[in-house]
Amino acid sequence: METLLFWLLAVVALIAAGSMIIQRNPVHSALFLIMTLLSLAGLFLLLSAYFLAVIQIIVYAGAIMVLFLFVIMLLDIRRVEAAPSRVKLQKSLGILLGVVFLLETLLVLRSGVITDGAAAAATPLPEDFGTAVALGRVLFTSYFFPLQLAAVLLFVALIGAIVLSKRRW
Amino acid sequence: MVPIANYLVLSAMLFLIGVIGVLVRRSALIIFMSIELMLNAVNLSFVAFARLWNAADGHMFVMFIFTVAAAEAAVGLAIVIALFRQKDSVDVDDVNLMKG
Repeated sequence: METLLFWLLAVVALIAAGSMIIQRNPVHSALFLIMTLLSLAGLFLLLSAYFLAVIQIIVYAGAIMVLFLFVIMLLDIRRVEAAPSRVKLQKSLGILLGVVFLLETLLVLRSGVITDGAAAAATPLPEDFGTAVALGRVLFTSYFFPLQLAAVLLFVALIGAIVLSKRRW
Repeated sequence: MVPIANYLVLSAMLFLIGVIGVLVRRSALIIFMSIELMLNAVNLSFVAFARLWNAADGHMFVMFIFTVAAAEAAVGLAIVIALFRQKDSVDVDDVNLMKG
């Protein structure tokens, strides 16, 4: 059952991601990206990261992608994106990068550095693994300073976005 | 249980699709979406490793990546809007203001 779900979600995620970069219409791209994000949330559930799966749906598929859709519809882009012409160099670069990356991945997997799930399955998970309680406990103790920095980062981004989108001062 | 390696390969594939999107597309909006996709691929491998080692630290990193992605989306989209006002397009090839 778990294996079946994994393959289903993985295939949906890959197809949706592929369609996202192929689509000409940005709205369709955004919808396909939302589909990828939702299947990733399902994969998080399979990895027993329950809280993150919920956050993924609420924050990513909800807030961030709605912001994207807002901007796309606000801009009302009439001109169709020109066919990728200059892209010769970058396209070949992309393919080269892809092949190298694939080879690296295969090498790492074959080297056996990453032992597969047997070890993880053997040690039982902590009772509250991946719940809001467990995450909150770690977040407000070991990761307290990064949490403060994240708050500052969000504040700066807020100011930056307002400054950038203001028309006249 | 599905081997963790499967999740890592899936994560690598999604990341690659994101890289190809950034390199091939010219619309700034779709480039942003590809960047989001790459961030999510990394999130998946963080969560997979957290499950492998039964540690919550991977989850923490994912939370911070969410924060950074939100900030990046807000500022990036503001830049796209400013760009559209200036040039009436979101094509990254049209942006050469800082070209020497």
